[in-house]
Amino acid sequence: MSVLRPGIDPLSHRRLQRLREGVIEWALRACAFAAVAGLLLIIVFVFREAMPTLLNPATPKEASLAGFFATPLWQPVGDVPKYGLIPLLVGTLKVVIVAMLFATPLAVLAAVFSSEFATPRLREALKPIIEILAGIPSVVMGFFALIVLASWLQAVTGSSMRLNALNAGIALGLGVIPTVFTVAEDALRAVPKSYREASLALGASRWQTAWNVSLPAASAGVGAGVLLGLARAVGETMIVLMASGNAAITSATVFDSVRTLSASIAAELAEVVMGSPHYSVLFFLGALLFLVTFVINVAAGVFVVRLRRRLAGT
Amino acid sequence: MRIWRFAVYAILLTSALVLTRCAQKSDARPVTVKGSDTMVILVQRWAEQYMGGHPGAVVQVTGGGSGTGIAALINGTTDICQSSRPMKDEERAQMKAKFGRDPSEILVARDGLAVYVNEANPLTEITLAQARAIYQGETENWKAIGGSDAPILLYSRENNSGTYAYFKEHVLDGGDFSARAQTLPGTAAVVNAVSKDVNGIGYGGDAYAKGVKMLALKRDDASPGVMPTDATIHDGSYPLARGLFYYLRGEASPPVKAFIDHCLSVEGQKLVAEVGYFPIAKAAP
Repeated sequence: MSVLRPGIDPLSHRRLQRLREGVIEWALRACAFAAVAGLLLIIVFVFREAMPTLLNPATPKEASLAGFFATPLWQPVGDVPKYGLIPLLVGTLKVVIVAMLFATPLAVLAAVFSSEFATPRLREALKPIIEILAGIPSVVMGFFALIVLASWLQAVTGSSMRLNALNAGIALGLGVIPTVFTVAEDALRAVPKSYREASLALGASRWQTAWNVSLPAASAGVGAGVLLGLARAVGETMIVLMASGNAAITSATVFDSVRTLSASIAAELAEVVMGSPHYSVLFFLGALLFLVTFVINVAAGVFVVRLRRRLAGT
Repeated sequence: MRIWRFAVYAILLTSALVLTRCAQKSDARPVTVKGSDTMVILVQRWAEQYMGGHPGAVVQVTGGGSGTGIAALINGTTDICQSSRPMKDEERAQMKAKFGRDPSEILVARDGLAVYVNEANPLTEITLAQARAIYQGETENWKAIGGSDAPILLYSRENNSGTYAYFKEHVLDGGDFSARAQTLPGTAAVVNAVSKDVNGIGYGGDAYAKGVKMLALKRDDASPGVMPTDATIHDGSYPLARGLFYYLRGEASPPVKAFIDHCLSVEGQKLVAEVGYFPIAKAAP
């Protein structure tokens, strides 16, 4: 180390610099840990508040695990509160299935078009526009479903209930499309050019190449996109709260109104007395939702790792 | 180091904002009123009237449902709870356990709970037993009670609503609503849904019944149908007359008391009738 400027002791200068870098590094580390700590605290909080439904012997029978499946009714307020989870689980399942059946083909085919067929200029326009869809606040999407989509669907299907699982599912599907599209498109774009060139050189058409080469090669990434979309659909609240009618009906048809887990929490949590059985049950629903989305997200992560390995390995 | 200067400014600005907010707070702490959605319009009008006559006084009114308001009162996040149903025994017990005394209950107005149908519906009156059968899902077609041959679509309120609790207790005798009842946030949403749905039925405060048809209520088959009016609410002949209440944790602080006194004053009670509810005292004939 040479002396940079006369009058400054090079050793102390270096020490100062090292000190500063140390401080910065620790600050960054603290930020990272704060985020993780926040997440952990939320998890601990949700599960701790949900615990009484499972463990506290003082919890009334209705608000325990056995009570959840003893009644087909969700009516937590009344002389005999009824915490039947079945209609909520069925409702959530119905909406999510409709949403995924609607969103998956649209989003995946759009991704195939964008990555395989669109000219670069078209792709540059298409991708941001679809991704803007993700930026639409879900309350706006819910409002659209409540006012416009519901009337339109009722006119087409002639269902007696205006707000139903189909309406909420399609609105939810619109919200899920950008998630699935973005991840699937990135996965398809990551397929090496050599794959496509090899296929085309062997005489395959562009469609055959896209369908038989690119899509299978990127299947893990497309799967990850679908799973992330699924996790979003399960947890999404505002759209279903506004568009589903919120009647806790257990039935197989999508033309009935439904009440989902997330919408029940949103509609009821503001009202409950802290620490009451109803409060614990709502937190139990929250913990359940958390577990489901967590498992789906982990599965999506596994898919992404598999995709990376496949594209790098061969 | 511009970034440092910027950070210093940002910190100064935030602390200035925080300090002024604190100063405002200590200057005139707002009186908060929270609870029943049924009462929001009324209490909001009272608050405007009161603040108009008392410069510097601030009254904040929010809805959410009677249950929400009572929970807020117990959790200590509101001064006054507005409730369209009397407090339940277990809620009273929680208040007592937490604050060592019973909550004070003040009757501030009366309301008639109306049953509405679409204006195209030929029905004009309904017995309480019919309403119960409909809302419990036993009667599913309008034909059964003299209407056209069409399925009945039930509109109800979220279970944090005092209107929901009142209807469940007085019409359903504490029984369960049919699972097919769609729950909507707020009486206005119920009225809106019924006004659009030819086969719909809903319930809520009679002050909200715009664009829908209110049914005359009959206690049983033999008794006459009664519409909610000042006279029928006060003499008790309307079957679904209820009180609208304020609840407090113990004694009211001076600003809270001043606001409540205003609501109960002649001027305040006049507003009750204007908004569409019924004053506590029977109006002079």
